[in-house]
Amino acid sequence: MTPTPTTPAPSATEAAPAATPAPDAPAVHTAALALGDDALVLSHRLGEWAGHAPVLEEEVALANIALDLLGQARVLLSLAGDEDELAYLREERSFRNLQLVEQPNGDFAHTIARQLYFSVYQNLMYGQLAATDSPLAPLAAKAVKEVAYHQDHAEQWTLRLGDGTAESHERMQRGVDALWRFTGEMFAPVAGLDLDREALREQWTATVTAVLQKATLTVPEGPQSGAWTAGAGREGLHTESFGRMLAEMQHLHRSHPGASW
Amino acid sequence: MTGSTEWPLWEVFVRSRRGLSHTHAGSLHAPDAEMALRNARDLYTRRNEGVSIWVVPSAEITASSPDEKDSFFEPSADKPYRHPTFYDIPEGVKHL
Repeated sequence: MTPTPTTPAPSATEAAPAATPAPDAPAVHTAALALGDDALVLSHRLGEWAGHAPVLEEEVALANIALDLLGQARVLLSLAGDEDELAYLREERSFRNLQLVEQPNGDFAHTIARQLYFSVYQNLMYGQLAATDSPLAPLAAKAVKEVAYHQDHAEQWTLRLGDGTAESHERMQRGVDALWRFTGEMFAPVAGLDLDREALREQWTATVTAVLQKATLTVPEGPQSGAWTAGAGREGLHTESFGRMLAEMQHLHRSHPGASW
Repeated sequence: MTGSTEWPLWEVFVRSRRGLSHTHAGSLHAPDAEMALRNARDLYTRRNEGVSIWVVPSAEITASSPDEKDSFFEPSADKPYRHPTFYDIPEGVKHL
């Protein structure tokens, strides 16, 4: 995988699979792909709520968040290559998103738990990134305002469900517990992302702990990753439901290549 | 959507620019005032329509009855001195 100066260049006929970044692509491509895939995959998951949300107002709220994320994904994937090829023609193992964002929606509380964990991470991460001289800094500076609202939305619902009825409390706790083991991956190093990961973890833990406690929920104590995750989403290893989600997301483009409205 | 009927209805007022009044934009369901504000933001101000939002419980609004339209509004129509129609509006004043 590591090309040396003596390695002959691949011939033109021996083209790499569509849109998979070359091994020697700049680190910033790796970073753009990781963050872009996070946004794209979560956007699709949130879009699945359309027509299924508990109330119309909440359906619009989730769709708005999904559209914000889709906008971020388009900018990020365009930095890494062709956005359409990257979104619609890559195989599962080429996606670099966190396993957290690909987890199925579950019930509304489960979705809110996923939103809480991810939006707090994204808010802190974009905040740090915006202050660097990375080519991703302008996108981060713009997106951090959107993500602050996503975090507020998730916090408001966590408080209401956690400190609501016995049923909503139980469901919210279940969601928070079930997704906890996917949170460790957020603090793993990513090539091209020059972040203070220790500060990221500290601030994330402090914020999430404060929200959960205020919502009368118990902060999970288990490990934040399992041995089986094996380097996980950032390495292209994904969970079972991701393949089905990709099939649905890519089906139209693969059936009608190059089709336009 | 049976769940939405359990949430109270809220009226949404949006101020589109500084200096203008809040105007009625529509209504929505929400469990409480804070969530009503957020829903209003999502439903009515996504395209730069506003700089400020009010939400009011619909149940708190007392409205005039359409049946009383005549006694409420009709008597003033034929008294021109009640209407400030004899002023020249200075140029550049758009929202008087």
